[in-house]
Amino acid sequence: MSDRRTDDLRIGIDVGGTNTDAVVLSAEGRVLARTKQPTSADVTSGLQSALTAVLDALGDDVRRVGRVMLGTTHATNAILERRGLGRVAAIRLGGPATTSVPPLQSWPADLSAAVTADAAVLPGGHYVDGTPISALDTGALRAFLGRVAGKADAVALTGVFSPAFGDQEREAAAIVRAELGEEVPISMSHEIGTLGLLERENATVLNAALYQVIGGVRDGLHATLAERGLDATTYFAQNDGTLMAIDYAARYPVLTIGSGPANSIRGAAFLSGLTDAIVADVGGTSTDFGVLSAGFPRESAAGVEIGGVRTNFRMPDILALALGGGTVVGPDGAVGPRSVGYRITREAYAFGGSTPTLTDAGVLAGRADLDGAAVPDRLRGLLTAALDTADAMLADAVDRMTLGKTDRPLIVVGGGAFLVPDGLPGVAEVVRPDHGDVANAVGAAIALVSGTLETIIPAGDGRREAIEAASEDARRRAVQAGADPATTEVVEITEVPMSYLPEPALRLRVKAAGPLGTI
Amino acid sequence: MTLDDLPALARGCAILGTGGGGHVETGVLKAAKAIAEFGEVPVVPLADVPPDGLILPLSGIGAPTVGHEMLMSGEEPVLIRDEVERLFGRPVAAVMSSEIGGSNGVSPVAWAARLGLPLVDADGMGRAFPEVQMVAMYVAGRPVNVVVLADVQGNLTTIRPVDGLWAERIARAVCVACGASALMADYVLTGEEARGSVIEGTVSAALAIGAAVLNSAEPLNALREALDATVLINGKVIDVERRTGGGFVRGSLIIEGTGDDRGRLLRVEIQNENLIALEDGRLRASVPDLITVVDAQTADAISTESLRYGQRVAVLSWPCDPIWRTERGLATAGPRVFGYDIDYTPVEELTHVRP
Repeated sequence: MSDRRTDDLRIGIDVGGTNTDAVVLSAEGRVLARTKQPTSADVTSGLQSALTAVLDALGDDVRRVGRVMLGTTHATNAILERRGLGRVAAIRLGGPATTSVPPLQSWPADLSAAVTADAAVLPGGHYVDGTPISALDTGALRAFLGRVAGKADAVALTGVFSPAFGDQEREAAAIVRAELGEEVPISMSHEIGTLGLLERENATVLNAALYQVIGGVRDGLHATLAERGLDATTYFAQNDGTLMAIDYAARYPVLTIGSGPANSIRGAAFLSGLTDAIVADVGGTSTDFGVLSAGFPRESAAGVEIGGVRTNFRMPDILALALGGGTVVGPDGAVGPRSVGYRITREAYAFGGSTPTLTDAGVLAGRADLDGAAVPDRLRGLLTAALDTADAMLADAVDRMTLGKTDRPLIVVGGGAFLVPDGLPGVAEVVRPDHGDVANAVGAAIALVSGTLETIIPAGDGRREAIEAASEDARRRAVQAGADPATTEVVEITEVPMSYLPEPALRLRVKAAGPLGTI
Repeated sequence: MTLDDLPALARGCAILGTGGGGHVETGVLKAAKAIAEFGEVPVVPLADVPPDGLILPLSGIGAPTVGHEMLMSGEEPVLIRDEVERLFGRPVAAVMSSEIGGSNGVSPVAWAARLGLPLVDADGMGRAFPEVQMVAMYVAGRPVNVVVLADVQGNLTTIRPVDGLWAERIARAVCVACGASALMADYVLTGEEARGSVIEGTVSAALAIGAAVLNSAEPLNALREALDATVLINGKVIDVERRTGGGFVRGSLIIEGTGDDRGRLLRVEIQNENLIALEDGRLRASVPDLITVVDAQTADAISTESLRYGQRVAVLSWPCDPIWRTERGLATAGPRVFGYDIDYTPVEELTHVRP
């Protein structure tokens, strides 16, 4: 082994709500070790068990681990459960505009109470053409900061039209640092969200509230690696299926939300070798459908709600169907939405229980090969009909996701993958890659690094130059996040015309991505 | 109008928006804040407004993207009310929505609350339209005596245009100077002048439509009954095409029938709003009658920019207010105004076309 590079192995970890999965990939992309451990309430001990399991399996090759990539739903759960969130001073720069809806007005009361140190609308912000609405009122800003000093764990800054004109937020951030000290983290909205003031402000405040949560996961990961004497570089997965350097993620924790489905889609792509396909992740309770387009998950058109808070984050476009291995078949033949979930190994007929499930239907139809109790033959009629219903639901979901194009393959991953029949209408073929049940951890391990920029540009003269400048900015963001500068390229440019404006203008979104840079 | 009424109002206004009219969500937040701060808003029938009582029709104008980013200050209605009272020499009695469809149907609750005035149960369109002169007051021949605009800075602009078309042109230019977002009052009129010149009962209609959908186990049926609408098709969106031109988002939508409607195709032509529905080259419904695409399960309105392949939808159409069916009404907002070379036929006369 001495001729081997000493840092050529990658570990991908996915901390889900139920399981913490980990895989070790070789430089060639072979799965060398894998594990599934229960997720622990503190995240860290589950992380530890998973890492320990794969590291032990590696034996002496442990020292070859150069990189560890982590995807986690921990930030999402912290918001949903209002747990471990920091207190945020929310500052909006936009007065006298925007006071008709104050910051955090639409938040659920308990979440707002858990998160808010104080909030204010201060003079500032820009018009759509870049003219200031008001100059930054440094006196008012300092006075507000004086009131929140000692009470706020973090500061969120949101300026009107800052995605196009970010200087004022940076100027205000410098004042925050001077007044509250370097140790109080600052979220600037132009680095976090897109146009749409309230949604971007919400995401920025959530980001500021999540610093400790994600810091805790990072510290847990680093502590575990240190215990094993491993000096690996660490990354977090984000919602578009790309990676960020862990210190970058610590500044943008809200970007980790949604990384689970993104990783599962990317992992399915990698394991199957496909770049354009539909992906179905079949679990015990539900099936998530996503679309793989040019190697990346297709994003949703609308923003998502997190814990009752509207944001304008674009997440992988996921269609969730209440259909999985544990889905219960009713006496009338109804399929779901109830599921026996993790109790399937006790309650399904195929496992010696007495609740008819889709797994039992799959066993009867010969789709699954399970050692265990037989499914009683008297249920054959009921379960055959249920499986037909399930197949029709799957075909309908596939049709919605493929936009009617029937030439694409369907990659099936997850523990319930056997439920999907080989001849599903609407797809060219059904692909079942090896290691599909840990596709999400694989997805984390192989992800690219990206940077995204959104702004407003003129539609006529200057359009080309503006796109060039935005592309350069997006590339720079990707490199800051850990991408290799030599091979980072623009992967997506979206232009949307804006209506009712004096000068024709476009909303521009540019995404750049590249493989991880050398350590 | 209380906080509890806002969800129903928002749903109803979205359905009357016929695909356009802007997002109702921000309007709900504005209205909730204003009601909490200034109190509930009485909704009064036009008959309760004294004959000489001044009605202030209000609407937000500008680019939707800008309105979504640079929210109003909330003080704009005060500036406009004060200016109108100076110009007319007497107090304003009530606020009216200029456009019940979409965000301009919900936001007047916020404006009325801020002013401590009742909201008239009426509006200028009975639906949503893209241009300032497409209001019943224009069709009824009311003079555009004055147009007043206020912006987020507190700038106030008063226009005395020669007619509704010039009002649209100058107001649009002022709006641009204000940063592509402003609050506007036009066609200020008395209670007496309003009779026959506005469309009555539309606020309570929006509330009733929204409540019917919210409180029903079968929302789509409830909606159809509440509107007495024709269901043009139940089906699936199989094509959405969008392009921009002339300040509008133009496009078309094709829906393939499902269930009992299998084998049929409906095409809907869009210019910000849903304007024309065609089947086999034959007209099924046309502007100014209302055409709304709703989610087949929830009966929630789907705005033209949210339309996507694969959505399960129903397309409903129902008659517009009679004022739009007059010669001047059709000359203002009939199919030819939007560039369709067809004669208007009321939707209820087209329903028999279905094979």
